[in-house]
Amino acid sequence: MKLYEYMAYELIEKVKSKEITIEEIIYQIYERIEKTEDKIHSFVHLSKEKALNKAKQLDEKLNKGKHIGRLYGLPIGIKDLICIKDSPTTCGSKILEGYHPPYNATIIDRLIEKEEAICVGRTNMDEFAMGTSTENSCYGPTYNPWDLERVPGGSSGGSGSCVASGQTPVSLGSDTGGSIRCPASYCGVVGLKPTYGRVSRYGLVSYANSLDQIGPISRCVYDAAILLEIIAGYDPLDSTTVNIKIDKYTEELQNPISKMTLGVPKEFFGEGLEMEVKNKVNGAIDKLDNLGTEIIEISFPHLEYAIPTYYLIAMSEASSNLARYDGLRYGSMSTEIGGDLYEVFSKTRSERFGSEVRRRIILGSYTLSAGYYDMFYIKALKVRTLIKEDFQRAFKQCDAIVCPTMPTTAFKIGELVNDPLQMYFMDILTCPVNLAGLPALSIPCGFDEKELPIGFQIIGKYFEEKVILNIGYLLEQELDLNRKIAPIKEGGT
Amino acid sequence: MSSNYDLSSNYEDVIIGLEVHIQITNLKTKLFCSCSADYRGDTPNSHNCPICLGLPGSLPVINKKAIEFATRLALALNCKINDSIYFFRKNYFYVDLPKGFQISQYNKAGGKAFADGGKITIKLNGNKKDIRLNRIHLEEDPARLVHKGSIATSPYTLVDYNRSGVCLIEIVSEPVINSPEEAREYLRQLKSIVQYTGISNLDLTGAARVDANISIKGHDRSEVKNISSFKEVERALKWEIQRQKNLLKRGKTLTQETRHWDDKRRITISLRTKEFEEDYRYFPEQDLVPILIDKNFIEKVKEELPEMPAERAVRLHRDYNLSEFDSENLVLDKHIADFYEDGVNSDPSFGPSEYKQFCNWLMNDISGYLNEQNKTIKDTNAQPKQVVDLINYIKEGKITTKIAKTFIGEMMNGISISKIIEKKGKKRISNEQTIAENCRAVIKENPIIVEDCRKNQKAIEALIGRVMGKTKGQADPEITRKIMVEILKQIGIIE
Repeated sequence: MKLYEYMAYELIEKVKSKEITIEEIIYQIYERIEKTEDKIHSFVHLSKEKALNKAKQLDEKLNKGKHIGRLYGLPIGIKDLICIKDSPTTCGSKILEGYHPPYNATIIDRLIEKEEAICVGRTNMDEFAMGTSTENSCYGPTYNPWDLERVPGGSSGGSGSCVASGQTPVSLGSDTGGSIRCPASYCGVVGLKPTYGRVSRYGLVSYANSLDQIGPISRCVYDAAILLEIIAGYDPLDSTTVNIKIDKYTEELQNPISKMTLGVPKEFFGEGLEMEVKNKVNGAIDKLDNLGTEIIEISFPHLEYAIPTYYLIAMSEASSNLARYDGLRYGSMSTEIGGDLYEVFSKTRSERFGSEVRRRIILGSYTLSAGYYDMFYIKALKVRTLIKEDFQRAFKQCDAIVCPTMPTTAFKIGELVNDPLQMYFMDILTCPVNLAGLPALSIPCGFDEKELPIGFQIIGKYFEEKVILNIGYLLEQELDLNRKIAPIKEGGT
Repeated sequence: MSSNYDLSSNYEDVIIGLEVHIQITNLKTKLFCSCSADYRGDTPNSHNCPICLGLPGSLPVINKKAIEFATRLALALNCKINDSIYFFRKNYFYVDLPKGFQISQYNKAGGKAFADGGKITIKLNGNKKDIRLNRIHLEEDPARLVHKGSIATSPYTLVDYNRSGVCLIEIVSEPVINSPEEAREYLRQLKSIVQYTGISNLDLTGAARVDANISIKGHDRSEVKNISSFKEVERALKWEIQRQKNLLKRGKTLTQETRHWDDKRRITISLRTKEFEEDYRYFPEQDLVPILIDKNFIEKVKEELPEMPAERAVRLHRDYNLSEFDSENLVLDKHIADFYEDGVNSDPSFGPSEYKQFCNWLMNDISGYLNEQNKTIKDTNAQPKQVVDLINYIKEGKITTKIAKTFIGEMMNGISISKIIEKKGKKRISNEQTIAENCRAVIKENPIIVEDCRKNQKAIEALIGRVMGKTKGQADPEITRKIMVEILKQIGIIE
């Protein structure tokens, strides 16, 4: 077995027992990246020299018997919208070309400064996390390692593809309407969107700040649990984080789940769901049944309003969150000089934002404007409450909800680019979770006929990541799919 | 009706509402980050962090002390404090706003102000009037723009983000102010109340800024922005009212518009009319969670609230036998009133007569000096003891009031009264012989005035004045008068 094929927890063990050095791992990881990156394009910035230097330092510390962080130099890919001090952070956008933040996101301090993971590179994404395919990146698309003609999902597509293809054992993404779970599903890996307020957003560049949340992507549930243990928790710099106990996620994975009731919302199996997805998800539900859980059907009456509600809220917030990019203080400005202040802003923003970002800013500005605010934004907030209530009702009957992550498997690059509404529809099963602020896990549950991975979604109660990781872990054991590294296959079908 | 509009300066049909923005200068840090808010005079862009620069990924964290200070002001203004505090985003593009929006509070679109209602009582020409308030709310200050000369001709704009994120409280009055004079009194009282709450020093440059809504009853209003100090407000209002009245007199229609006060040229200039009004797209700021304000907190702040100027005026009127007018003026500046009470209480021999004298010294000579120098009493080294000594020296006949008045400048530099007297050699002359010599000399030198005394009693005053001049004010005026009259009788000028 090659080093890149190992899980994160295995690499940590190997370094701890001095079976291998961190430098060796980092070296081999870059070897793997260099061999595959041309085809996949997971990364937008790589930092090989920095990473190897850090690896050497850590090895030295280990040799001297000094204390070293819990992640033992674990290589990790970080989505291009989480701030790392003095290192490029561009959100897949031309407008942030050349921007090096002067500060670390809180989770970077925890993961890299304190626990000593090594960032190998910044992963590709839809510009400002707006998209479901990673096609909206100023750096060009990322390719799905299971079929290079297809999208890896989005917006954290690079974070999904790098883990699926063995370029890194784990990565971090962010999830606003499904942006961790969608690439996890399409790339056949594990993706966790924590409860809103579980993980600090300080240093995460906002897309829709009432929905955004950072989470891990990995090849097994155990690895996701390791990362969550580290990144979770109250942060005085993020007022929306909640100061409550963080569970020992890795120690709760093997708890029996036979006393649990799992809800299956019938609406999540409705129109638009591919037959093969439905079958594989039902197969996984049968496995959970075999593990002794009680499976019940539940109802989710407001699902049909989830997409318009999500997009109204996300675009409204985005229009304000992205107002700061004018090229004046950081990032890049239009090269066309002249005109007054507003003309310069206008030129820079028209030229440096991609079309999807412009679309969302314009629509969001419209829905917040006088005369439309009540009709759109306020109404969306009301429906958001109804969707939350649908979940609350469901969680009176069950401990977790199980359903597909995505209605389909990965689609082809270019297939939906000119059909934004169809693209938006892809978020139907993931975005309700963000609207409610709940935690959800996506794990692979099989493949369709084209050998494309299918994702299985487990939605938990507020701050009960422990429960969904527990269910996910046991189901993963039953399905026995988690060691598979994507073949990096040229498309054919 | 507009064609024969009355142009006289009667303000009966003028309606003014003021939006006053005050910086909470006594907060150590900014409203949403821990950068120092004490930026005045420091290197530009040296009080900054990712939050007040609005860098991507940064998030605001509320300064709890700001909530306490706003609560203090709300209580002092008799506002009703809302039980939960949350923020809204006010979206607009400008270089002074690094996030492209200002975090503020809003009382529409599902939002609430910090506190609603309240009032400030003013007194003008002896008449009391309550100026009702609409609300007060918290918001962050934008960055400061620096131009070379006037905005219009400056070849560049420099942005100093030191001010960005400093805590502001906006105080919005109802449109119930009816003249520039009422506005001036309202601002005087507001400034005084703010000073007593201990939350801010509005004497600092740029610590108070005013937007004014002005209309003539029955016509569209204009909003005059950017009045950058309280002193400018009365002037700006007078100008704008005159402009509106002039237009009406010429039969023109007034349009709803936003105007800018140009304090260099002292005129208002139109910025934009109604159809181009900015749409601020207010919506909730969800990076901040609502803060619950419970009754215990409000009670605690209330207990700690110091005596307010109105209460103090009543007490001074009662305890020191001052007139209502005197006590109300004395309390306006807390430091003056503190100076007063420290002084009069330090000498147990003081009674109503000295209380009144002390007040006069403060309100006339000392205030006059401060106005002239554009200083507050805190900027000087004056000590209450000096005024106590001054009053006692006069009482004991060691110096005359006239001499004492010439001491003010040195007093304010902190020099003790005995030192000043020593230095100037300005003891009172009470020796009758010396005074008589001076009187005779004056009579000799001014035969015309002396003749005048025969028919005009007041001419005697002129002679006394000459004696005072000759003795550099040292001659006791009462003794001088007595002797002058005696001599004039002796030589048969008067009977």
